[in-house]
Amino acid sequence: MTNALFRPLTPRWGMQKTWSDGRSTKEVAAQFIKPNDRLTSFERLEIYNRQYWFRVLDCLHDDYPGLRTILGTSKFTKLAIAYLERYPSNSYTLRDLGDRLEQFLREEPDWTAPRQALAIDMARFEWAQTVAFDGPAKRSIDADDILTKSADQLILGLQPYLSLLELDYAVDDFLIAVKKSEEDGLRGEASNAVHSAPRGSRRKPVRLPKKQKVLLAVHRYENMVYSKRLEPEEYRILTALEKGETVAAACESALSESGRTDRDWTGIIKNWFDTWSALGWFYLPS
Amino acid sequence: MPSNEFNGFTDYGIGIGLRVPHYRHILAKKPVVDWFEIISENFMVDSGRPLEVLDQILEQYRVVQHGVAIYFGSADDFDRTHLNRLKRLVRRTNTPWLSDHLCWGSVDGRYTHDLLPMPYTFAVAKHTAEKIKAARDFLEVPICVENVSSYAEFHASEMTEWEFLSEVVELADCGILLDVNNIYVSSKNHNFDPYDYVNNIPHHRVGQIHIAGHSKFEKYILDTHDHPVLDPVWKLYAHAIKLVGNTATLLEWDDRIPSFDEVHHEALKADKFRENVIAAR
Repeated sequence: MTNALFRPLTPRWGMQKTWSDGRSTKEVAAQFIKPNDRLTSFERLEIYNRQYWFRVLDCLHDDYPGLRTILGTSKFTKLAIAYLERYPSNSYTLRDLGDRLEQFLREEPDWTAPRQALAIDMARFEWAQTVAFDGPAKRSIDADDILTKSADQLILGLQPYLSLLELDYAVDDFLIAVKKSEEDGLRGEASNAVHSAPRGSRRKPVRLPKKQKVLLAVHRYENMVYSKRLEPEEYRILTALEKGETVAAACESALSESGRTDRDWTGIIKNWFDTWSALGWFYLPS
Repeated sequence: MPSNEFNGFTDYGIGIGLRVPHYRHILAKKPVVDWFEIISENFMVDSGRPLEVLDQILEQYRVVQHGVAIYFGSADDFDRTHLNRLKRLVRRTNTPWLSDHLCWGSVDGRYTHDLLPMPYTFAVAKHTAEKIKAARDFLEVPICVENVSSYAEFHASEMTEWEFLSEVVELADCGILLDVNNIYVSSKNHNFDPYDYVNNIPHHRVGQIHIAGHSKFEKYILDTHDHPVLDPVWKLYAHAIKLVGNTATLLEWDDRIPSFDEVHHEALKADKFRENVIAAR
């Protein structure tokens, strides 16, 4: 039965008529499913086959509105089917359904041609939002935690829910525009309520983002998800901290790569650390 | 009339499923509700908004956990990450009992995210009951298993669905979450009398009841949870209450969710059925 459920549907959202070994699916279904006075074994099995695909496609449809808009609903749906064929859910929660989507987009660039780079940027950004929404948090540092430590000894961890992204497109602004243009509903994982086939949504078209280097921190504050644009040096300090460098080493390496020598880096970096601390981004690794 | 040992002898009244579109209303207006049922998996997260909302709900209301992914009927072993997180949530909510479905849904680590019917055989019943017992021992909370709606039957089945349910709960010594809408849906899809089902299960094990709406199609009925409860389901509910006594009841409304007040109003209809039935006893 599992093999039947995971097999992709036909373009008309029906169960495939031929089984993987060349037999008719009718024959296979009849071997283990009873018919009744209204439905054949094939038709009864088809209900489950359809419900599986409607459920998982509906989930990706909701979780990736940006990628869906970039590709268009039809192309997005084909991509989602190909993705789920290779990477079916391996988690008890639909929340994790997109956890290998970026990997798949890199493995199979044809699905997103000619917008591969934009699609990958958007998939990364949308997954980072899932992580920021309910990802794990560690106790944020307070002043007492670091009072006695000098910058060349101090190592700060970044919250696991925080993602640092270096992107080639301004997908942050684009996603805001996409969400404004369509109803922004949250998915609830309900009991065995059934789902319907993916549909195109009626909404105003949103112009695709232009190529533009964007550095982002996707995080949450007071349990709301935000993305914050970062300056290059800011991004470099944070990525260095993420790799486990001390505060002093992170700042030093970030500034050594910066060509901007005309700025008051001491004051700027202090402000950045004040902001990051206030946002709760740091924890003290044990 | 007190409830039974399978729901911890609680008498919870009429509950409503806690759903995202109602969060704001519930937290702001604090409506009088006997209890909320949560989908466990929606709150088995590390941190963030879901747990913040849950903690606020727990300050005001009683919460009962209902799961969709234990899959007692799957041949696989339990997903230990799932069970550990579930246990953490049980401790957080202090749920008096925990329910999940009499179904399977995963194989070799692949998840269908569906509640799939099982072949009703003695071997499957034994396997399922052992998993229920193991889950209860680990989670340290009473468990009720829910009958699912189904659209297919297996040649391999050796008994009716209600005989299978009875066999499983007797072997596992656990409770039943009796979903009367699911019974009605399956009865139409499989041509059996829903009253035979309700009459022939161990009534003393029914710890909770679900009611919900469904959708009729030309050749079958789908369990859509997107409508008010239909009359035949209310009648079946009244019959079930007559047999099992005053039992915690929950209205499920999971799709095309209307305002909180509308859902609440629909749920409270169950009170009238209960009062009438109890008064007539």
